[in-house]
Amino acid sequence: MKAFDYHRPAAVGEAAALLATLADSRPLAGGMTLLPTLKLRLAEAPALIDLSRLSEARGIKQDGDALAVGAMTCHADVAASPLAKALIPGLAQLAGSIGDPAVRNRGTIGGSLANNDPSADYPAAVLALGAVIVTSRREIPADDYFVGLFETALEPDEIILAVRLPVPRAAGYAKLRNPASRFPTVGVFVADTSAGVRVAANGFALGVARLPEFESALANHFAPDAVAGIHVDAEAFSSDIHAEAAYKAHLVGVMARRAVSTALELRGPP
Amino acid sequence: MGKAIGIGAAPLRKEDFRFLTGRGNYVSDLKRPDMSYGVFVRSPHAHALLTGIDASAALAAPGVLAVLTGADVAADDLGGLPCGWGITDKSGEPMKEPAFPLLAQGKVRFVGDMVAFVVAETLEQAHDAAELVAVGYDALPAVVGVLDAVRDGAPLLFDDVPGNLCADWELGDRAATDLAFTRAAHVARLSLVNNRLIGNPMEPRAAVAEYNAGTGHYTLYSTSQFPHVVRFLMSALVLKVPEQKVRVVAPDVGGGFGVKQFHYGEEAVVTWAARKVGQPIKWVADRSEGFVSDRHGRDHVTEAELALDETGRFLGFRVATLANMGGYLSTFGPNIPTNLYAPLLSGVYVMPQIYCNVKVVFTNTVPVDAYRGAGRPEATFLVERMVDVAAAEMGIDRVEIRRRNMIPREAFPYQTPVLLQYDSGDPGGCLDRALVAADVAGFGARKAASARSGKFRGLGFSTYIEACGLAPSRFAGRLGARGGLYESATVRVHPTGQVTVLIGTHNHGQGHETTFAQIVSEKLGVAFEDVDIVFGDTDKVQFGMGTYGSRSLVVGGAALSKASDKVVAKGRKIAAHLLEAGEADIAFEAGVFKVAGTDRGRTFAEIAGAAYVPHNYPLEILEPGLEEQAYYDPVNFTYPGGAHICEVEVDPETGTVTIVGYTGVDDVGTVINPMIVEGQLHGGIVQGIGQALCESAVYDESSGQLLSGSFMDYCMPRADTSPHMSVATHSTLCTHTPMGVKGCGEVGTIGSPAAVINAVVDALSHLGVTHVDMPATSNRIWRVIQNAALPRAAE
Ligand SMILES: Cc1cc2nc3c(=O)[nH]c(=O)nc-3n(C[C@H](O)[C@H](O)[C@H](O)COP(=O)(O)OP(=O)(O)OC[C@H]3O[C@@H](n4cnc5c(N)ncnc54)[C@H](O)[C@@H]3O)c2cc1C
Repeated sequence: MKAFDYHRPAAVGEAAALLATLADSRPLAGGMTLLPTLKLRLAEAPALIDLSRLSEARGIKQDGDALAVGAMTCHADVAASPLAKALIPGLAQLAGSIGDPAVRNRGTIGGSLANNDPSADYPAAVLALGAVIVTSRREIPADDYFVGLFETALEPDEIILAVRLPVPRAAGYAKLRNPASRFPTVGVFVADTSAGVRVAANGFALGVARLPEFESALANHFAPDAVAGIHVDAEAFSSDIHAEAAYKAHLVGVMARRAVSTALELRGPP
Repeated sequence: MGKAIGIGAAPLRKEDFRFLTGRGNYVSDLKRPDMSYGVFVRSPHAHALLTGIDASAALAAPGVLAVLTGADVAADDLGGLPCGWGITDKSGEPMKEPAFPLLAQGKVRFVGDMVAFVVAETLEQAHDAAELVAVGYDALPAVVGVLDAVRDGAPLLFDDVPGNLCADWELGDRAATDLAFTRAAHVARLSLVNNRLIGNPMEPRAAVAEYNAGTGHYTLYSTSQFPHVVRFLMSALVLKVPEQKVRVVAPDVGGGFGVKQFHYGEEAVVTWAARKVGQPIKWVADRSEGFVSDRHGRDHVTEAELALDETGRFLGFRVATLANMGGYLSTFGPNIPTNLYAPLLSGVYVMPQIYCNVKVVFTNTVPVDAYRGAGRPEATFLVERMVDVAAAEMGIDRVEIRRRNMIPREAFPYQTPVLLQYDSGDPGGCLDRALVAADVAGFGARKAASARSGKFRGLGFSTYIEACGLAPSRFAGRLGARGGLYESATVRVHPTGQVTVLIGTHNHGQGHETTFAQIVSEKLGVAFEDVDIVFGDTDKVQFGMGTYGSRSLVVGGAALSKASDKVVAKGRKIAAHLLEAGEADIAFEAGVFKVAGTDRGRTFAEIAGAAYVPHNYPLEILEPGLEEQAYYDPVNFTYPGGAHICEVEVDPETGTVTIVGYTGVDDVGTVINPMIVEGQLHGGIVQGIGQALCESAVYDESSGQLLSGSFMDYCMPRADTSPHMSVATHSTLCTHTPMGVKGCGEVGTIGSPAAVINAVVDALSHLGVTHVDMPATSNRIWRVIQNAALPRAAE
């Protein structure tokens, strides 16, 4: 790791100003992704702006008919939050399934969304729930936020402060882990929301995406069998040493069915 | 007052206090005055000509003390890394043995090959400067797989090694085996791959070296499983400096699994550079560096045929294996897929004829050498898969075919057709017990229950034997070993009666400090806590060959047992003098020398005191002091073995294999500490499960880049995917080791892969699946199911 300057501003404005003025500086959240890349010299950052003192980026609250999660909230806190478990149990469950305990206690929802790893868990939930990403400048609907592989709508000096997730009628997540990295090979999040059924999957070559065919099938009938026969095109996936594209495409169907079952279980009897 | 804790007891491990409280002392913990830091520049190419190295920018960088390259190695006339085994081609010619230079000479042969060494005052300066070393490469086509490497027109690693063939080696009677096939009622055939593995001990390799210009002494601290061997190889053959001026210390070492039982170029370069720079140097591999420089394991491609008579009795076994050596010969490299593989092909069976041909092949990959089990897991996997294939084809129950062919207990000692004479064993007894422990009788009901929830359940058996306790030197010498394989131990009794043991094996997780103390406590009757075990320092310990091949207890423990006996013999003489009795009348029991049949006696501590304060002592006939040394060279290998039964459930939707039951009944001979044996079995089994289900070193076929070069892509077995294991021992005593011990370090790794894969194949057998290669990842199993389902769908 090369030497870098370290800043820990207390105000959002100050943090944004540092990012805007210090060339190639980067926000630092849990550091679970950023620090290893610096250590391996895969990236260089002359300055890191630690976001841990920004009070706007903390806490889990109910905000009208949505759950608001501060960007600096670590995965373990979402998993353990009584509020999250009560309002969107599928989200709490997802958070509790990320990586390992060390990662869950450092890694943050803001860091995960800013990074937009095609295999990350949170993006599927955020997109399927139709969440809003609240930043230092604006509010970005999830449908506009995820641009591509490790790419988002964020400007370089824009900071995620919170994520506002509308409370769904039912939601569930299912994934198959890559046994080495433990990131999902494919994960599917289904949500029965006031804006209709939304389904999103990670693991695509270009990152998280919605699954319209699954959405309409489930809109008709929110049950595992409803999505049974849907064909998923392998073209949208890339093969790697762990999984071939055809397998990943197949897994979308399997995980969608399992996610619906989970959503129904978590919702409980009507 | 402590008490004696002897053989068969299970005290907690002595060494764990320091490990669990963070007081271990590892190479990377060391700090020496004026210590500088070294970083290796490694080849990013799998195969390339070196067109030049410009170190000027690196040398001008802040804090840089030296940049050493292959030219400096050549100028100082340093030797290459020696290979400790020379095998012989079937033509009678010695194997091809190209030089393995410390730093590349003209060419690089794998990604990770060492090109330069940068030394600077701080680690960051060394890293920065390493990025400034300008190395010119002219990339050449690379070859990574054995099948490609032996093809006509394949890129050649060495100009003088045609066909990339190190040796075309054979064992067994070819003609007699061919004849057996002509009499066969059935011939079963199997092609398989034994996947390449990376050991990944928790502690990466590291070295700290310093040179004392006043005395001309070198000291190397290294993460080594065998410091004396490193001292010999490095001083005599690589650096060409007097052996007595070199001290090698292997302090606490965080796991080895074989990865640390070789003499590595880094050790020699750091030591050499410490003298050139005039300051101590520390090098610590990071994990990424370990992936491309720690010696890899396994990597075979095999075709085999088993001839059987109409009753399912084995008549002959014909095996052709291509074994990957990587880019150069490592310390034991060519020995592993030959001498430690083919002689195990008889398994636990009466296998009247065996012929095995092994082509040992160079490729543009990390050199391959011993990894826990080393050759024997490869042999066992092949034999035990082959037996299942034959059973399925002939419609014979898998347990029944094993029983029909198994060497019965009363047939030991048993001479196989491939060199080995098994001295003892009871494979049938192990199997009987395992069948009960695994509740094989209840399997049908469990399978039906799985089927009701849409899962396929399978049961797999592996009845195996291995050869360990390396090794009888004379025998090994005939097979090409260039060193001895004895072990040595000194038992140093202090005037207080407390004991220091100096032993040539190395403890890096196996619990030797406990096991060896139990042996001494048993033999001398001294308290368990009054025995300390010293190892890993060539200036303290006389000599030794180190720890690998399940040899520490078998060979080192035997030396320790003999040295302890010598202490007792001398103590008896001293006691006879003090008690004014004949030596023959002195009995030694529970730590007291007594005149037999009387209550007159002297404690062990009193005798020790008399030996060092020889006021009343037979100085005319006996030297003072109470310290004895023994060297031990075994007369045969030892042959642990056993029966493993694995039960799996396969989710056909995802292809995921879950191990739902695992039972091992192993014959490891005398058990010194059952808790430690159980731990070794657990660890070994999990390592075997790792090979069977998830681990695999994958190279890109065209670029020769290691694709599984981090834990993001190389899948280690984890606690949460490891099954509950039921392990038990069913021991027959080794007939030739002093305590009847056989060794237990590798059995788990050797027995388990076949048990797991046999279970997976069983679970899928209703689809017509007859073989699955390792690792049985969910994608691979899903693919196997898809392919099996295709013709059915067409029906
Ligand atoms: C071993 C391991 C296993 C993992 N397994 C999983 C898994 O199974 N599933 C999964 O989804 N993830 C997994 N992760 C990723 C982890 O959960 C984190 O989500 C991820 O590392 C990013 O979060 P972080 O807080 O650590 O961000 P950092 O590493 O601190 O930052 C990541 C990037 O985001 C930027 N950034 C951070 N916060 C903000 C912000 N508020 N606004 C703008 N930009 C910001 C940083 O500048 C940087 O570019 C794993 C990570 C590791 C190390």
